Amino acid sequence: MADHATAVAHQFDDVDQQREAATLGMWVFLATEVMLFGGLLTVYTVYRYLYARGFAEGSRQLDLWLGSINTVVLITSSLTMAIGVHGAQVGRRRVLVGSLLLTIVLGAIFLSIKGIEYAHKFEEGLVPGIDFTYAGPEAPHVALFILLYFMLTGVHAIHMVIGIGAVSVVAYLGWRGRFGPSYHTPVELVGLYWHFVDIVWIFLLPLLYLLHH
Amino acid sequence: MTETHVPLRIYYTVYGALLVLTVVTVGVSLVDLGPLSTVVALAIAAAKASLVILFFMHVRYGPRLIWIFASGGFFWLALLILLTMSDIVSRGWHIIPGR
Repeated sequence: MADHATAVAHQFDDVDQQREAATLGMWVFLATEVMLFGGLLTVYTVYRYLYARGFAEGSRQLDLWLGSINTVVLITSSLTMAIGVHGAQVGRRRVLVGSLLLTIVLGAIFLSIKGIEYAHKFEEGLVPGIDFTYAGPEAPHVALFILLYFMLTGVHAIHMVIGIGAVSVVAYLGWRGRFGPSYHTPVELVGLYWHFVDIVWIFLLPLLYLLHH
Repeated sequence: MTETHVPLRIYYTVYGALLVLTVVTVGVSLVDLGPLSTVVALAIAAAKASLVILFFMHVRYGPRLIWIFASGGFFWLALLILLTMSDIVSRGWHIIPGR
């Protein structure tokens, strides 16, 4: 559909204005996403203030290395995403499709490592409500922390799955030659979503994994 | 306004900075800084998020309106947390005599 390049919906003056409107709409959506995570982050902040020692103890139950490796994996996937968008802008189809496929692979690696972490929690009896064998003076607050860990990383992981799906669709369309220098708004928008999910993780790393003291 | 193409060199530089900041934040977390630990960790996270937003998400090159909308979400989140915490933190304060 090369028409996209020239087709401007009647409410827009030109292609640039149309693309800006789409980008603005995506940012509005991302603002609602900030609030979605914001509710959980507020709960986290309140309980961390009330039970600081329990949260530090809970953080020590997490795997710092897997969390850090996953951060590097996700940051790298943001780089490949940015290169993919660049590939679309300059009309290099192989760069676009190749970068998006790399992004998908890195996203899958992230989710696999996340899965390994979840499996460890089950093995160690650190799943509140199902199998929680951690004993100690701070046990109820450690349970609260681990619950928030599961909710925050769980909601984040759902976003990763949706992101991988969206990037796959855009990669397929890119492979079919739908995007080029004059039209690549979907690539740009899926990129914004992917980077947003990366930003959420950038905050989850210090909030969940780095509270040793 | 036409679209700006960000040179790939800038993406690689930003990527390097993000990796360095990740190593720094994990390294610093192993040192006991007391309450300062949280401040440093969040400052580094905010710096990393800003790099992603400004360069990977092209806000640095976008129109003013995008700046406003990109900041908006974080502004409301700050309000949500600040106002909630002002309640939680002040609950122990007995300001009213006799209560």
